[in-house]
Amino acid sequence: MSAVLETHNHDHHGPAKGLMRWVFTTNHKDIGTLYLWFSFTMFLVGGCMAMVIRAELFQPGLQIVRPEFFNQMTTMHGLIMVFGAVMPAFVGLANWLVPMMIGAPDMALPRLNNLSFWILPFAFLLLLSTLFMEGGAPNFGWTFYAPLSTTYAPKTVTFFIFGVHIMGASSIMGAINIIATILNLRAPGMTLMKMPLFVWTWLITAYLLIAVMPVLAGVVTMMLMDIHFGTSFFSAAGGGDPVLFQHVFWFFGHPEVYIMILPAFGVVSQIIPTFSRKRLFGYTSMVYATASIAFLSFIVWAHHMFTVGMPLAGELFFMYATMLIAVPTGVKVFNWVTTMFRGSLSFETPMLFAVSFVVLFTIGGFSGLMLAIAPADFQYHDTYFVVAHFHYVLVPGAIFGIMGAVYYWLPKWCGNMYNETLGKVHFWLSFIGMNLAFFPMHFVGLAGMPRRIPDYALQFADFNRISSVGAFMFGATQLLFLYIVINTIRSGKPATAQVWEGTDGLEWTIPSPAPYHTFTTPPEVK
Amino acid sequence: MPLRTMPWFRLVVGAMLLSSSSAWAEWTVNMTPGVTAISREIYSLHMIIFWICVVIGVVVFGVMFWSVFAHRKSKGAKPAQFHESTTVELIWTTIPFVILIAMAIPATKTLVKIYDSKESVIDVKITASQWKWRYDYLNDGFGYFSNLRTAQDEIYNKAPKGDHYLLEVDEPLVLPVNTKVRFLITASDVIHSWWVPALAVKKDAIPGFVNESWTIIDEPGIYRGQCAELCGKDHGFMPIVVIAKEQAEYDAWVASRKTAAAQENELKGKELSKDELMERGGKTYATFCAACHNLEGTGTPPVFPALKGSAIALGDKNAHINLVLNGKAGTAMAAFGAQLSEVDLAAVITYERNAWGNDTGDVIQPAEIAKLKAAQ
Repeated sequence: MSAVLETHNHDHHGPAKGLMRWVFTTNHKDIGTLYLWFSFTMFLVGGCMAMVIRAELFQPGLQIVRPEFFNQMTTMHGLIMVFGAVMPAFVGLANWLVPMMIGAPDMALPRLNNLSFWILPFAFLLLLSTLFMEGGAPNFGWTFYAPLSTTYAPKTVTFFIFGVHIMGASSIMGAINIIATILNLRAPGMTLMKMPLFVWTWLITAYLLIAVMPVLAGVVTMMLMDIHFGTSFFSAAGGGDPVLFQHVFWFFGHPEVYIMILPAFGVVSQIIPTFSRKRLFGYTSMVYATASIAFLSFIVWAHHMFTVGMPLAGELFFMYATMLIAVPTGVKVFNWVTTMFRGSLSFETPMLFAVSFVVLFTIGGFSGLMLAIAPADFQYHDTYFVVAHFHYVLVPGAIFGIMGAVYYWLPKWCGNMYNETLGKVHFWLSFIGMNLAFFPMHFVGLAGMPRRIPDYALQFADFNRISSVGAFMFGATQLLFLYIVINTIRSGKPATAQVWEGTDGLEWTIPSPAPYHTFTTPPEVK
Repeated sequence: MPLRTMPWFRLVVGAMLLSSSSAWAEWTVNMTPGVTAISREIYSLHMIIFWICVVIGVVVFGVMFWSVFAHRKSKGAKPAQFHESTTVELIWTTIPFVILIAMAIPATKTLVKIYDSKESVIDVKITASQWKWRYDYLNDGFGYFSNLRTAQDEIYNKAPKGDHYLLEVDEPLVLPVNTKVRFLITASDVIHSWWVPALAVKKDAIPGFVNESWTIIDEPGIYRGQCAELCGKDHGFMPIVVIAKEQAEYDAWVASRKTAAAQENELKGKELSKDELMERGGKTYATFCAACHNLEGTGTPPVFPALKGSAIALGDKNAHINLVLNGKAGTAMAAFGAQLSEVDLAAVITYERNAWGNDTGDVIQPAEIAKLKAAQ
């Protein structure tokens, strides 16, 4: 970021010059910036793929792409958004914010930090290069169920497997770093129960990552063995079991969805109190609720598999356990609402994103509760109702959380205020576009439209057209976001150290923009 | 109460559909109650949990929007100081918990019923493969494939789309009403999922494993569904059609099917003329081969090779037969030896060796296939 570049008050402490600054950097702010730009790039790439999908689905019949390419688009869109856009964005936020929030000079393991970022572009080069290879990109869905992803996969699946290995290694290193930083580098007096909720949610997320990324690495390695070394983990013909794949995958996959939402919970828990000018209601219960959600995420995986033919006892266990998640999640929503209740509210862009996060994430939670009811899931499973559900928790959940965070902390990072009017325009266009795109998916799903199909029966045509229009609107709006961010960095009005009226926390005690090195002597926390 | 019957709702959604030309009756916004006791129970579970969510949503968002409008700084609101209350936290942990238990009871009851597949009258084995279904009537000893009937021209917008676009098949599954039918569901390649919304049956078809499900259909009629699990290129093009008939009609249908099966069996031992083989081969090709190799034999390179002028279709006859019977490992080419009858195999290979200018003049007889199969 150019604003950081201009900070040259201590010549031997300041950043190096030129491109090599970014390659060799061990500074948490630089690495945070790299992560955030990388994730935004991936967001646009994955977004373009979503546009291809929605263009094909604009009307019945095949117009733009062939079914095999459509499947590559749905697969790559999912993989890139999950592993390339959302996860690196949260690691970027953690890099920027965790040290500043706990009064640490940097991350605990700065060189590891550099490595965990710089292997990521290679992972995605491997993955994206498959688009230009014979046989095409992975086409078996982001959940890559065997044997479609093993015996029946295009040859490029091996590139996908190594890509996933590298992403996993990056995430594990990032998680170790975050845990080491939070547990070891807190300023004197910053006890665990005084940490900002963003730090808490990331601490718990980091443990989830360490627990499940090796499981993902394991499952793709088993695929690799099946494909190239003659094993039969997932092939019934050789004594294996295709359903085993799903159990192992979802043992990773369910905690993974909380990895993508818990840091957003943390962001919203910082933003809402600021713009309500009132302390967060029920801090302690928020911490316990987050921990409960993380624990429950390990014992609900098979609710993604209600139709694979599990025994009755299994169905009942996973149904009850899944329904239980509604309790701690409800506690969080009630706490946010009560924080706003009788506050003194104002609605700058970060608050708009945070409030719509609470409303729309809750709607996604409601459809999640419906999906938890196993008998009803027999009708919802693998339909657009599920697509609507997870886009409601991921787009206004994870993505709005990240965008809210960028508007909230960008003045601290680059020292300039963003343009409030443009920020609000960006929010409202995103909000309307996103709802137009994803709300009608509930209807077509309930009416019987399966997911991952390139063409559909005529009764689904109207709602699909609305969805496509909404998606184009949402997609185009994100270019405005890019413009706003660049404009802010280059020419925004200078921000104060406090930035917002109601802020509370160590990151607001340092000047804006945050100097290249902060808290070289730890602050005293009372 | 179904959401779609509410006038305000139609108004809102209707307003969203500005550019739309379709009639009201064509689209729905809710799950079908279906035509079985189980599907109606599932529908009512769906509506109960939906209304619970609506009520919770109205309360929570109500409080929130009250704050949004009443507690604005611009209206001079001063922030209150409260930030903790164990009592309140306990209350809003307990109430959702109680609601969930109340919801879990009927859901459990329905699930137990769904899992009771005992005492079926008719057993149908459903075998999924890329990208078609096979139905075997185990008690009556016959079976057949069911394929998408929609023309490629409709899909590629060269012909107007029919009423049941993508939801029509050549050979539907026929079942009697008021009879417990058990489905034994499996697959021969990748995972598929057999789903008919009106019956509320959705069960994964998993290669190497057999899943069980069942239904008792209340009303005669035509019920349509689709494969629900991503199964490759033509996942969106493997529909399911179930025709439910009165018992007498169903019995007549079974009898005619049995006769046809017997005639087919007789054909196996016969010598067929080239024209007969070509005619039958063309039909078999369109159903089983054209999805990948194309109706004109041009394939979709590089994944699906062309047959027109190919080394295999013009080369050694036995190598060609062997490839069709056993498939090719590591590619999408499936083994058709067990899937097709000797007559169909002989016909389709004859067709491939003589159509589109592949004029080898070879005629393959069913007996030849039977001999090769036996030798393997």
